[in-house]
Amino acid sequence: MTESEVARVFAEEWVRVVATLRQDLGDLDAAEDAAQEAFAEAVRSWAVHGVPERPGAWLTTTARRRAVDRLRREQRFAARMPALARSDTWEDPDPSRLVDDELALLFGCCHRSLAIEAQIALTLRAVAGLSTEQIARAFLVPPATMAARIGRAKRKIAAAGIPFSVPARDELADRLTAVLSVIYLVYTEGHASGTGEMLMRGDLCEEALWLAVTLTELVPDEPEVLGLAALLHLTDVRRPARVDQTGLPVLIEHQDRSRWDAELLTQGLALLTRARRTHRPGPYAVQAEIAALHGLAARWEDTDWDAIVDCYDQLLAMSATPVVALNRAVAVAMRDGPEAGLPLVEQLMADPVLSRYHYLHAARADLLRRLGRSGEAVTAYRQAISYCTNDAERRFLSSRVDLLDGAAEPVRTQPR
Amino acid sequence: MRYAFLLYSDPTAGPEEDSSEQADEMKQWYSYSEALATSAGMTAGEALQPGTVATTVRVRDGRTTTTDGPFAETKEVLGGFYIVDVPDLDAAIEWAARCPLAPYGSVEVRPIMEFPQQT
Repeated sequence: MTESEVARVFAEEWVRVVATLRQDLGDLDAAEDAAQEAFAEAVRSWAVHGVPERPGAWLTTTARRRAVDRLRREQRFAARMPALARSDTWEDPDPSRLVDDELALLFGCCHRSLAIEAQIALTLRAVAGLSTEQIARAFLVPPATMAARIGRAKRKIAAAGIPFSVPARDELADRLTAVLSVIYLVYTEGHASGTGEMLMRGDLCEEALWLAVTLTELVPDEPEVLGLAALLHLTDVRRPARVDQTGLPVLIEHQDRSRWDAELLTQGLALLTRARRTHRPGPYAVQAEIAALHGLAARWEDTDWDAIVDCYDQLLAMSATPVVALNRAVAVAMRDGPEAGLPLVEQLMADPVLSRYHYLHAARADLLRRLGRSGEAVTAYRQAISYCTNDAERRFLSSRVDLLDGAAEPVRTQPR
Repeated sequence: MRYAFLLYSDPTAGPEEDSSEQADEMKQWYSYSEALATSAGMTAGEALQPGTVATTVRVRDGRTTTTDGPFAETKEVLGGFYIVDVPDLDAAIEWAARCPLAPYGSVEVRPIMEFPQQT
């Protein structure tokens, strides 16, 4: 096996080992510690003896042995013995049990009694196997802060009796919503960071895709699980083209489509097909349809805006939020011209949620620009900049202002 | 696992005194307490009189001070509590959500600190 193949084995096996051990030990912290030790041992041992035939079994058994050793040292073995007295041989875990264990881990990490930041951090740590430093860097907080956040969450899990179990059938959809939003938030954080210099943090996007796909394997045929996986793949298609060399965002309109990821497009469309087959479309699936329509257009001019507007109508019927209304207005402007879109956007200016959302002002600015109302467009771009917390996006918006400043008419002030 | 349910509400929220809504709510409280006792391992539960008739006692530097009223002036005031014993936090949350006060107040679900048995 090559080094990168070993890395992939590690990446896949982490969650399996942690999940199995957590179930055995009833203790997330101990499970992670044991897994950590097993993986460290694997690095040493496999370098000398080569990669074993069944690396997963090797890792799980080794981790279990480490856990037993530690329990013996801490003299807590007696209480845990029944669970650990399971086979100590090089066996691959029973697949259906593994699914349950992994789901239990995921649902536990995404429990509603934990703050959302804690759910995200725990999921990335325990399920995706990112180190605390990696997660801290991804969310732009100091490592000590992230370590404290994760530590607090684990203490709460133990102290408050947060259950790690697969929810009953009638609760499953509800609990899935939490897991799906954690995965979605990981992706959006990676796709367009809220603060800081860089526009995208690729690692987070990859982790989110992996989590989404893993979930489709654990919970097959669930419409929104498939929908989210499709959406993330189809959105990620455009990642290679989304920023230019200076780190400025590039609008879809101007992206070099030859850089779009064809394989992700294929995978995303396959997931979308599976989502459609459930005949129960949810918001993620509809958003995936929109991303698919962009992905399938050979050029910006070929984009099927009619179909996109239809999708937004569908989305509004499912969840009438101001952001969806705004995105629909932008699509209407593409289909029917800026004069059709502008009134829809301006209707939203009074919305308390949107009024501080930089994209609302940027969208309005863009429509004004297309209508030749440059002075007003500049003002609107400036408003957008004032609400924008991402450096790269601010620079982009400023560049739009610069382009227009030459063409702008002087703003006429009214006499008092 | 044992949990305390700490019941908080704004004194001006909830049904008016001596109204038919209050009579209804009293029946709900009765059923709720019964259910907790039967199925949630409830070992204690009391309604408290309003915070306005509370006294707060502190001893600082050997001196005892008393304050008229609850320990802090807050909008939502502690109005009662239960001690229950249920399998996990999900069970506790489910029970807490059924509390008659939950629609207009807050139920804090706090795990009980268990100390090892002293021999």
